Amino acid sequence: MTMVEIRIRAEISRDGLSGPTWFALVLLISWLILPLIPLAVWSISRSWFFPDITPSAYSLRAWRYVFSSTSEVLPALGVTTLIALCATLLSAIIGLPAGRALGLYQFRGKSAVELLILAPTIVPGIAVALGLHVVFLNLGLAGSFLGVLIVHLIPTLPYMVLVMAGVFANYNPEIEAQARSLGADPFQTFYYVTLPAILPGLLIGSLFTFLVSWSQYILTLLIGGGRVVTLPLLLFNFASAGRNDITGAISMIYILPGVVLLLLGARHLTGRNTAAESLRQI
Amino acid sequence: MTNVSLENLTKFYPGETMPAVKNVSLQVESGSLTALLGPSACGKSTILKMIAGLLAPTSGNIRFDGQSILRLPPDRRDAVMVFQNHLLFPYMTAGENVGFGLKMRHRTRKEITQAVSRMLELVQLAGMEQRKPSQLSGGQQQRVALARALVLRPQILLLDEPFSNLDANLRLEMQQLLISLHQKLGTTMLFVTHDQEEAVSLSSRIALVLEGTLRQYAPAATLYDQPADREVAKFFGAKNFIPGNCTDGYFECALGCLALPEEASIAGKILTFRPENVILGTARNTENSFQATLMSKKFLGSQTRLELRKDAVTFQALLAPHIAEPLMEGSPVSVHLPRRSLWVLG
Repeated sequence: MTMVEIRIRAEISRDGLSGPTWFALVLLISWLILPLIPLAVWSISRSWFFPDITPSAYSLRAWRYVFSSTSEVLPALGVTTLIALCATLLSAIIGLPAGRALGLYQFRGKSAVELLILAPTIVPGIAVALGLHVVFLNLGLAGSFLGVLIVHLIPTLPYMVLVMAGVFANYNPEIEAQARSLGADPFQTFYYVTLPAILPGLLIGSLFTFLVSWSQYILTLLIGGGRVVTLPLLLFNFASAGRNDITGAISMIYILPGVVLLLLGARHLTGRNTAAESLRQI
Repeated sequence: MTNVSLENLTKFYPGETMPAVKNVSLQVESGSLTALLGPSACGKSTILKMIAGLLAPTSGNIRFDGQSILRLPPDRRDAVMVFQNHLLFPYMTAGENVGFGLKMRHRTRKEITQAVSRMLELVQLAGMEQRKPSQLSGGQQQRVALARALVLRPQILLLDEPFSNLDANLRLEMQQLLISLHQKLGTTMLFVTHDQEEAVSLSSRIALVLEGTLRQYAPAATLYDQPADREVAKFFGAKNFIPGNCTDGYFECALGCLALPEEASIAGKILTFRPENVILGTARNTENSFQATLMSKKFLGSQTRLELRKDAVTFQALLAPHIAEPLMEGSPVSVHLPRRSLWVLG
């Protein structure tokens, strides 16, 4: 049990939460939950006009449409999920060794590499995407699933690399030498020794990566050219068409993985080990 | 039980002009407990890592029972290393840690459980299988690390300063444990340390490494009494180096004409003798006896250090405090240097 946990538990058992804690909790909940309430209400309303606080009539029309075979919502959900999963997997495959190099070793030009990795989070995505669009057209990648997947790596990779660099900065690679010496081959060493040590960080990096890919709009629109339809694209279409009820329903689906992953991730964030500790220090 | 031989082992680290290890040749006898002794950063850990397969030598060869093992990866060498920091796997229990190597070798669960409990018993941790490393004390953690390596019955056990993070009492206890484990299991062990007392008390033979080269490989007593050169003598705390000339079994110097033991080298120009072998007081011996002046006295606890002078030469002696107590600073004392305590350096 960490010190913070002990203190929080002690506080709760003594006289409930203190004033400032309550204030912060209420603020946090209203910040995250309140904006979602109108969207949820919209998704089940039939008519809702300006001065009214609640809709004048309710209906499940929007939800029926979302789940009907004629709407594009479910296929878009599938495409969005698949792209986000693939982007996460690729980011992990690239980001793990890259983060290890940055976290463990000192080498010439290290700060330049770090800056390059951070660049996509600083340079406006639209500028990059416009330039890449021409390249992708030449390569035949524009308008394809693969093209969209590759372009999603631009914003997702920095998160994975930076999280893994933080994990490996507090990692002692000698424990791998110890495992090898005890008779573990390279694969066994990774599976039994390295992976358990970096798993909390890897999960958190994956969480970021998945959600960053999940919420891409402009890159998907430019490179996908309207042929790769993801949920944010649909959402934007219905919102600009003024279909608030369908927008609300799709929004509810759209936020689902974020909420689920956050709840799953929160459990692993409390895991007690040096790698997870280093994440808290970032 | 394995003969380990190192042949002209040399290691250059990338970007360095001086080798970390230079031309080291060493025969570690089967079933022996040998110490690799040297100051920090002298290359002794590098030697160990090359035997374990964690570093590749720049040149030279390593043989186990005559077979070169350079091409084998660390997991197939059967040369298991125990590090200074216990490096237990934090996610596993003590039992799982000890069983790790057997699990990697695909032994059956029953076999592993039995071997683990037997080995934990040997390191006096019987019944501690379920503890997590974080629930163990420093000494217990290092004992689990020892058990984890020994349970594999390796051809050679490599220990890299395994006790240097422990406090003095615990260190003595662990040294005793290591000696008894060595007697029970007969595993060939190579032990790296910078602590000469540890090396002397643990091992049958000591390989002294200074600046990447092997200076002397001999039983501990030989390193004390018959050092190969001045640096070896200095490393073992020798203070007395008297210049002079050898002639016909005698050493001609400022202290007089001293009779040498038969093994002493003939060509040497420097006489050395250990301060604790100097005999002071009423000397009746005619051989190797002379008068000197006591310059100063320093109480060191279990011993008293005396500085003596004869003509232009000063030298040190170590005496039991109660013997040194009546001697007065500035007064003459008679000195006897037993013939067997003298040694000549080249």
